[in-house]
Amino acid sequence: MSITIYVPCDSTAVSIGADRVAKAIAKEAEKRNINIQLVRNGSRGLYWLEPLVEVLTEEGRKAYGSVQVTDVASLFDANFTEGGTHPLYLGLTEELDYLKKQQRLTFARIGITDPVSLDDYISLDGYKGLGNALKLSQADIVKAVTDSGLRGRGGAAFPTGIKWNTVLNTPSEQKYIICNADEGDSGTFSDRMVMEGDPFVLIEGMTIAGIAVGATQGYIYLRVEYPHAHIALNTAIQKAYEAGYLGDDIQGSGKAFHLEVRLGAGAYVCGEETSLMESLEGKRGLVRFKPPLPAISGLFGKPTVVNNVISLASVPIILDKGGDYYRDFGMGRSRGTLPLQLAGNLKRTGLVEVAFGMTLRELLYDFGGGSASGRPIKAVQVGGPLGSYLPESQFDTPLDYEAFAANWTVLGHGGVVAFDDTANMAELARYSMEFCAAESCGKCTPCRIGSTRGYEVMDEIIAGRALDKNIPLLRDLCNTLLNGSLCALGGMTPYPVLSALNHFPEDFGLTEKVNAA
Amino acid sequence: MTESTTIQATVQSIITALKDKPGALLPILHAVQDKLGYIPADSVPAIANELNLSRAEVHGVISFYHYFRDTAPGKQTIHVCRAESCQAMGGKHLEEHIKDSLGIDYHETTQDGKFSLEPVYCLGNCACSPAIQIDHEVYGRVSADSFDSIINETEELA
Repeated sequence: MSITIYVPCDSTAVSIGADRVAKAIAKEAEKRNINIQLVRNGSRGLYWLEPLVEVLTEEGRKAYGSVQVTDVASLFDANFTEGGTHPLYLGLTEELDYLKKQQRLTFARIGITDPVSLDDYISLDGYKGLGNALKLSQADIVKAVTDSGLRGRGGAAFPTGIKWNTVLNTPSEQKYIICNADEGDSGTFSDRMVMEGDPFVLIEGMTIAGIAVGATQGYIYLRVEYPHAHIALNTAIQKAYEAGYLGDDIQGSGKAFHLEVRLGAGAYVCGEETSLMESLEGKRGLVRFKPPLPAISGLFGKPTVVNNVISLASVPIILDKGGDYYRDFGMGRSRGTLPLQLAGNLKRTGLVEVAFGMTLRELLYDFGGGSASGRPIKAVQVGGPLGSYLPESQFDTPLDYEAFAANWTVLGHGGVVAFDDTANMAELARYSMEFCAAESCGKCTPCRIGSTRGYEVMDEIIAGRALDKNIPLLRDLCNTLLNGSLCALGGMTPYPVLSALNHFPEDFGLTEKVNAA
Repeated sequence: MTESTTIQATVQSIITALKDKPGALLPILHAVQDKLGYIPADSVPAIANELNLSRAEVHGVISFYHYFRDTAPGKQTIHVCRAESCQAMGGKHLEEHIKDSLGIDYHETTQDGKFSLEPVYCLGNCACSPAIQIDHEVYGRVSADSFDSIINETEELA
C-alpha cells in the first residue's frame, strides 16, 4: 500500500529547502523500497516550522518540522511513514495550537490540497459557491456579497458588494473583472499563498464576480516577483477551461467568463487600481484622477470591478454558505475574517486567519511568540510600507478597521512586521521617504518631489543638524504629502514617517516627547 | 545572419504573436526580455511601429518599470529585498555583504559578466526574512555565510 507524504511547494517553504527535502524523501523511500506517494501541497502557513512534512495516517495527518535534508534518513529510521515518533514530530497537524486557534474560511483548503488538483478542490467544497451563484439572479449574487459585509481586503476596506452593484447597474456591452494581485507591501504574503496554494478559489471568485456584474473577461494583474504563483495560476486556469469552469458556456449555463494572467513589471504604484489599469492598457503606470470611478469607467473606459486577491477568494465561501455565515464572524463594521501575516522579527512567523477583533498584542505574543531575537519588540508596522509604526502602548488595539483608524494607524492588507529594540526609527522613516521616491509614478508634485525632499531632510535630522528647523520642516512636508497627493502612495507615506517621529522622538535626536500630529 | 538581424527577427516574431492582445505592450516587452534578457534599444522602433505608438511612448514605458532593462544583464541576476521585514532581520548588513563580496552596487554587473545586482521591494517571503532571489529562485533566511555558499553552488552549477 502506498503511503501519502506531503511536502509543500509554497515558494517560502521552497526558499528554505522544501524542494531538496522532497527529493531526499523520494530518494530515501526508493532506497528502502517503501512505496510512497509524494504530494506537493500548499503551505499551512506555519512558516517557522517549514519545511513541514506531513504523513497521512489512520488518525489523520501527522506533522514533522522543520525538516532539513540531513533529517530525512533519521525520519525513516524512526518509521515516520507510519507516524513514528522523532525529535521533529509535532503531533496531528490539525491539533497544532497555531492552526487550531484560527478560523480559516478563505484559507480553508490551503496546505491541505494539491493546489492544482481540480479533484482535490472539488472534494473540499470547491465550486459549490459557483453552483449556487448560477441558480441566482445577478442582483441576488451581489446581495449575498453585500450582506456578508465583505470589505476590500487590499487595504482600502471599501464594501465589495457596493462596488459590484455599481458595475452591475452601469450598462455597457463590455465589462471587466480585475484581480489586483500586485501584492507589493512588505510583510504581506497572503495573496501569494492563495495563488500558489489554492488558485482555483481565486478563479471561482472571479467567475462569480463576472457572472454577478455581467463581465465576460477577467484579468489577474500579477506582480512579476511571484513566478511560482504565475505557474500555479496558469496551470489552474487551463484545467478550469478544460473542465468547463471557464469559457463560453460555464457548466452548461450559457454564461461566459474568460480569464488571463498579466504580469506587472516591478512598479509598486501599480497596486493602486487606476495605475494598474493604465499598466494593463500597456502604458506607464500613472495614477488617474477619480472620478470617474473604475466601476463606471475603468479598464479601456469600461465598467470594471477591481478587487484584491483575498476579497475575490472570499467570495466562493460566501456564496456557498451564505452572506450571514460570513457576517457572523468579526466585530463592529469589520465582518468576517482577515488573513494576517506575521513577518519580520517574530519567533513564529506565518499566516493567521482569524475573525476581526483580536488584539495586536495577542497576535504578536500568543501567535507570534514574541521577537525572534529574544529582545523586546520596539515597534510594529501594520498595513505595509504605508502603514503606521505602533509602539508598545498601542498593542492592545483590536484588529478592526475602525479601531485602527481611530489611532491614526492602518490595518490595510493585514501585514504585520515586528522590529526589536535594535531598530532605529529615524532610519526607517528615512527609508519610507526613499521608498516613496523610488516608487512614485511622478504625476503629482507632492509625491514626486516631496519624497526626495523628505529623505534629504531625514538625512539632515539623522546627522543631528538644525533639528529646531528641520523637524517642523519634515512635519510641514508630511502635511503637504498627506493632503496634496493624488493617491495613497504619497498620501500615506507620512503615516510611517510621522508615527515614527511621534512615538520615538529620541531616535530623531529629540529629548522630549513631541505632540502627535 | 548577423546578431542584430537575429534579434530583429526574434522581436518581430514576438510582436506578430502578441500585438492583437488588448494592452499588448507589456506582454510584448515581457516576452522580449524573457527571450533576450533585456529590451534592446533598436527593438523599440519596430514595437512602436506595429502598435501605432511613438518611440517615445515605448521608451517611456520601458523606463517606467523597474523590471525592464535596456542593457544586457549578467549571466544571473540577484535581486536583494530591501523592504521593512528584511530590514527587521538584518537585511541591511546582508545588502552590504552582497555588494562587498560581488564588488558592485545596485544596477551594476560584475566585470566577469556573471552577476547583475538589483534591489527589489518585497519578494513576499517575509515570513523567512531576509530574502534574495537569483533568477527565479527565492532564498529565505539568508545570512552572509549562506549567501556565500549559495553563490558558490550556483557558480559550480553554471
